[in-house]
Amino acid sequence: MHPVRKQRLLVVLFIVVATSVAAALVFYALRENMNLFYPPADIQAGKAPIETSIRAGGMVKEGSVVKSPDSLRVDFVITDYQADLQVTYTGILPDLFDEGQGVVVSGKLDVTGLMVASEVLAKHDENYMPPEVADALKNKPEAK
Amino acid sequence: MQFESFTELWHMAGHGPFVWASYAITLSVIVFLIWLPVQQRKAFITEQKRLQRIAAHEDKSSNNKES
Amino acid sequence: MWTWFHKLGSPKWFYDISGKLLNFMAPVAALLLIVGAIWGLLYAPADFRQGNSYRIIYIHVPVSVLSLSGYYIMAIAGAIHLIWKMKLAEIAMRSAARMGAGLTFLALVTGSIWGKPTWGTWWVWDARITSELVLLFLYLGIIALYEAYDNKVSASRACAVLALVGTVNIPIIYKSVDWWYSLHQPATIKLTQKSSIDPSMFYPLLIMIVGFYFFYGVALMLNMRTEVLINERKTRWVQDIVERA
Repeated sequence: MHPVRKQRLLVVLFIVVATSVAAALVFYALRENMNLFYPPADIQAGKAPIETSIRAGGMVKEGSVVKSPDSLRVDFVITDYQADLQVTYTGILPDLFDEGQGVVVSGKLDVTGLMVASEVLAKHDENYMPPEVADALKNKPEAK
Repeated sequence: MQFESFTELWHMAGHGPFVWASYAITLSVIVFLIWLPVQQRKAFITEQKRLQRIAAHEDKSSNNKES
Repeated sequence: MWTWFHKLGSPKWFYDISGKLLNFMAPVAALLLIVGAIWGLLYAPADFRQGNSYRIIYIHVPVSVLSLSGYYIMAIAGAIHLIWKMKLAEIAMRSAARMGAGLTFLALVTGSIWGKPTWGTWWVWDARITSELVLLFLYLGIIALYEAYDNKVSASRACAVLALVGTVNIPIIYKSVDWWYSLHQPATIKLTQKSSIDPSMFYPLLIMIVGFYFFYGVALMLNMRTEVLINERKTRWVQDIVERA
């Protein structure tokens, strides 16, 4: 390779390496802020601010959903299997909201540790299958 | 075939608007990305043909002057 | 040893070979996309949780994959242009920027449309979606930067540097769902493990991904061919093509 080209190759490599290092440092500094939501364990540990708009995410605990009979109010618990968070929400839930499924809720924590949600988003997983396959999996004894 | 009728295919149990809108937008962008270079090529060829004609014309007139 | 590489940079050689490739690739791309779309829309089963809205996967995943891998094509072309001053590489870089902008736009729009019925929102500022938006701005930035310069030699050099700098965003987009808590789910198709999608839904997806790769090749070459003609307009072989057209 021609020495001039070799030198230009080094410049190109330098650009890529330098920006990667810069980006790595930025993301290292921002690492907490890059998260969309807090898991319940972090909220229980007091890492989330109170009375400030935040997001929390986790699984809706089985059997925890209580729907109010005369309003759109729903109470449920989200969990990351280490800690639980009680959530209350008034509004229309997304279609995919269900017990045992992931959600991301945005709202404010009150002093008692209750999350008053203003928005509930369903978080789905990366699994896709036809309903018959899902039923077959559910009925198999070894699959939970 | 997953759908019994065209109306069922169109509605997709309420998800039709989302699914069909996605496919329609994708189709238009695909067509645009193909059309754009083809169009530019056409414009280029038209322009160059014009220049060739002018050049041929100038050649002729300068030849005429010389003779 | 480098002669083949320099031959690759010959515009006329590229024009001839790409013309032959297009005759074969364009019908393959059209066939794959039509078969994949019909299979995905009509014959693939509905998802057990999302119902029919998941059918957007057959375009969302291919265009998103290409918006990322297309960036590498652009950045590598930019590097070749910087190192060897190869005109064809510069043309490839700018064509890839145009393709990338279109595909990234599609990835964001189809993702947004898919988000509404599944997540319950059109848009959320999570790491995956935000970094993909940055990708769109990078592509658009490269297009705009080229237009902003009057001196096209410095323009293409600046674009190549910006393309290289932006490369850092690609692994971030790819790994964002694993590194941070996000609303977007992790990857479905895995290289090292079994994919978490049923085969009856996976085959049309595979066809669509391959089909979109072919489409990318076709549209990229069409773009490059037009640019090559414009660039080489003073040469004999281009004037011959004009005469014959």
